[in-house]
This record gives sequence, structure tokens and C-alpha cells, in this order.
Amino acid sequence: MNTTIMLFLLQDGITNGAIYALLGLALVLVFAVTRVILIPQGEFVTFGALSYAMLATGQVPGTAKLAMAMGVVAFGLDLFEARRSLRPRRVARAFALNIALPAAILALTYGLAGPKTPIAVNIALSLLIVAAIGLFLYRIAFQPIAHTSVLVLLIASVGCHLALQGLGLVFFGAEGLRGPALSNTALTIGPLRFTGQSLAVYGLTVAFIVALWLFFGFTLMGKALRATAVNRLGARLVGIRTTLSGQIAFLLASIIGAISGILIVPITTLYYDTGFLIGLKGFIAAIIGGLVSYPLTAVAALLVGSVEAFSSFYASNFKEVIVFTLILPVLVLRSLAAPAVEEEKD
Amino acid sequence: MSALLSVSDAHVSYGKVEAVRSVSLEVADDEIVTIIGANGAGKTTLLNAIMGVLPLKGATAFAGADMTLLDIEDRVAAGLCLVPEHRELFGTMNVEDNLQLGAFRIPKESAARSFERVYTLFPRLKERRKQLAGTLSGGEQQMLAMGRALMGAPKLLMLDEPSLGLAPIIVADIFRTIGELRAAGVSVLLVEQNAQAALKIADRAYVMELGEFILSGSAKDIASNQRVAASYLGFQHEGASGI
Repeated sequence: MNTTIMLFLLQDGITNGAIYALLGLALVLVFAVTRVILIPQGEFVTFGALSYAMLATGQVPGTAKLAMAMGVVAFGLDLFEARRSLRPRRVARAFALNIALPAAILALTYGLAGPKTPIAVNIALSLLIVAAIGLFLYRIAFQPIAHTSVLVLLIASVGCHLALQGLGLVFFGAEGLRGPALSNTALTIGPLRFTGQSLAVYGLTVAFIVALWLFFGFTLMGKALRATAVNRLGARLVGIRTTLSGQIAFLLASIIGAISGILIVPITTLYYDTGFLIGLKGFIAAIIGGLVSYPLTAVAALLVGSVEAFSSFYASNFKEVIVFTLILPVLVLRSLAAPAVEEEKD
Repeated sequence: MSALLSVSDAHVSYGKVEAVRSVSLEVADDEIVTIIGANGAGKTTLLNAIMGVLPLKGATAFAGADMTLLDIEDRVAAGLCLVPEHRELFGTMNVEDNLQLGAFRIPKESAARSFERVYTLFPRLKERRKQLAGTLSGGEQQMLAMGRALMGAPKLLMLDEPSLGLAPIIVADIFRTIGELRAAGVSVLLVEQNAQAALKIADRAYVMELGEFILSGSAKDIASNQRVAASYLGFQHEGASGI
């Protein structure tokens, strides 16, 4: 193998790794705050990517209607939960968040969708749609069972994944879609050619990591989210609503997922079920990071991406096998290194 | 005048076991009230239920408003605050962040004033403000837990066993601080096993035994009550047989 090929593979690996890093970070974030292992993360990727691809052809994606429907369900749940103390302010707030918001997004999508809509508007619309879906997914599926064990949450998570993937098939069909690139410029350094798209991938990944770091390190809301992760009861005792923390975590995760999708859909054709596999690779990175460490997760994601690139060159049939086998030595090492963990208390 | 906190006919149960039975209590403005009793009497359970951590059957009102249906977070916003027995600090965050989160429900400008007040009350916390909460000593953690609670400018502070596991000199320090809170306009509901120290700073006291209040009155009367003296203060009266 010569250096050029190696550089190419490395470049490819890092581009993919950056995407996995974003997804891995979202997984760590959601797990830390809500203890949910977010299997449907992959669906956020596909929904974001394919909504964007459909908008680019001038169609209104079904996800916009899904967001509306989920909003109605969430509103019903909010009213039911608050049935003993229905104050007008509370109802108004629930209405604004659950009905008015998705209705506005739906109206915007219908109003703006068309063959000539600028790329930036399409991106914004896809992000809004998927963000709303993420928010309502937490409200509907996870908030009512927030106090249960990790296992119950995981089962619910798998259920959400299956349901959303099925809906993805309904909305986007079995055919794969590709979206337009964010930019067509390219940059050549030595033998390597960086497309505008891959530069956008690097740039956004770094920007997101820095933004998350700033958010969690320096804002009161970010600290409140961390506090919820560290000590739920302590957080409630200072007046932090754990449901709000969960909603914000899911909101961030869905936005990150959708951005990842929009970044890769111009590079590879995405199908309604592709997201799951991409999400799983982010999950591997998150596991290597122990589901707690953000920097370790980011580094592990780059490793996963590189291993994938090299194994697709040497043994493309075994690409996925090799990548997913990575998790075994890590789990063995971790279980050896970690002291016996006591059974979960709550 | 209505009391700041009033609880009437409260029952708290864990499944079928009733840990607190038909308890009523009141705390007025600027008053320090203590609940004393042996281990397992239901004191911690009662405090947790008043805070909303555990479900309470009965009526609770705070600052003139019914709070039976309020969540913990809304009770905090109303000015009720609990320093729990296990402190529940954010161990992997530093002292300053812990305090800042204590002011989560109040406006930014008031938070700056709260910082000043807490640092004056506990100068030690100021020295340690960049240290992780989990690495503090037991006494400092108790100060931080109280400081965090005071950051939110509560009207009533509920303290659960603040002296638990602390060296006597630090206990004295903590109790002195509790006494100072009254001057700052904070009422205190104090649960303690260290009855002697608690009765010394309290205005009124309730004695709890097996989930019920068996005695109540001014702290002075309770302290001089023979039965209390024998059970909780470690004094033996003439005629009583020592072991």
C-alpha cells in the first residue's frame, strides 16, 4: 500500500468518524441526563437526511405531519397529567409548545417547500421538523417512564426505533435518496482533495463539540443538565425540572442527528433504515467512552471511522464485522478494570 | 396571622406500612422549630413528604397557599427548601457551580446577592469555591448543602440531621449558623437526633415516636420534660434506674 492510498483512507475515515463523533456525543448526552440509551438516534439521522432530500425536490416530507401528530398526542398527555390542576397558564404553555409550534412548522414547510427553495431554508426546515419530533418523542415515550430502570427505558427505546423506522418506510419509500451538496467548492492539498462537503463535516463537528463544551461548562442551563445527570434528587431540590432537562437533551440529540444526516446525504445514498447502522457506530464510540466521557467518545469515533475505512479497503465483505468486533475487547477490558458495579438502586 | 407552614393530619406510608400517622405541625415566620426523636421515628420521612419527595396524605399549606398538588420544583419556587440527610450535592461539580445551581429559580441579580450572603455565612466555602463538591470534608459538604439551599432565598429551610457524622466543633459551628438564619428572615424546621443542641436554639419542639407526635411545646418546656430528658437527653432522674 502506498502513502497516497493510506492518506485517502485516513481522510475517508476521519470524515465518517466526525459524523460518528457527533452521534456518539448525542448518545452520551442523552444517557447522562435521562439514562435512556437512544437507539432511535439513527432515525433522527435518516429523518433529517431524507426530509432534506425530499425538500430539495420540492416535496413536503411526511415527517412534518408526523411532528404535528406527535404534538397533538403530547398535548393530550400534558392535559391528562395536569388534570387535577388545570390552570389557564399551564394549558396555554402546553398548547403553545405542543400544538402551535408543530402547526407553525407544518405551515412553514407547506409555504416554503418548492423546487426553487434555497438550500439553507431546506436545512432549517428539516432541522425544525426533526427537533420537534425529538422533543415530542421524549414527552410521549420517555417522560411517563422516566423513573423506571435503565432496562425498561432501553426496551422503550428499541420500540421507538422500530416504530420510527417503520414510519420512515411510509414517508420516504424503500428507494434511497440523495440530497444536494452544501457547497461545490473543493480544496486540493498535495494528493488529497477536500470537497466543500467534507470540510463542512469537519467544521460543523468541531463547532458542535465546542458549542457543547461551552453550553455545559458555562451556562446555567447547561450546568443544570449536568446536575440532573449527577444527582436527580439534588437537582429537583434546587428546583430544576428533570422533565425539562430530558426535553432539552432529546432536543439537542435530535438536532445533532438531523445535522449528521444532512451532512452525509450528499455523500452517500441513504435509505429509510440506513440511520440505524450509522447510529450503532456512534453507539460503539459512546461505549468505548464508557457512556460518560465526551472527549474519549470523540476520539473513539475517529478510531471507528478509520478502522471502517481501512477494513473496507482490505476486506470490504467484513467491514461491519470488523467495526462491531471492536466493541468486544473494549467491553472485556472495561469489565476487568471496573470494580463490581452494584445493581441499580432505583 | 396564619402560619408560614402548616401541615394537618398528615399520613405517609411506604406501601402498606404507615411511617407517619396523623401528624399536624406549624411553623410561623422567623421561628425555629425542631422535631426530635429516635432513629426510625419517621422524622426524615415527614420532611421528605412535606417537600414532595414522598406522597403525603393530608393537607399542607405554605405561605397561605395550598400546596398539596404542587411538584417539588414548584415548592422550591414558592420558597420551601430541604437540605436532605444525604445532602445530595453535585459531587463532580465545583462548589461555585453547586451554589449557582441553588439559585436556579431566582433572577440573576438576586443570585449575586445570595452568593455574598452565603460566602459571609460560610467563609470556608469561598476559599474552596473551585474545589469539587465530592472532595470536601463532611463538615464542608454540610455547609455547602446549606449554602446551596440558602442561595434560592427560601422562606423556610428544612434541615435533616445537619449534625450527622460531624465533629463536635463543626456541629457547634453549624448550629450557631442556624441560629443566625433567623436574623436573616429565614424560618427553620430542624430534624435532629442531637436533641440537646436542637432544643437549645429552637423556639418550639415536637417529639416524635413511632410515626406520631407524642409531645409538643416550647423548646424550654420540652427540654425540662422528664420523659424527654430520660429518652433523648441522656439525663437520669432520681428514682429512675440506670442500666
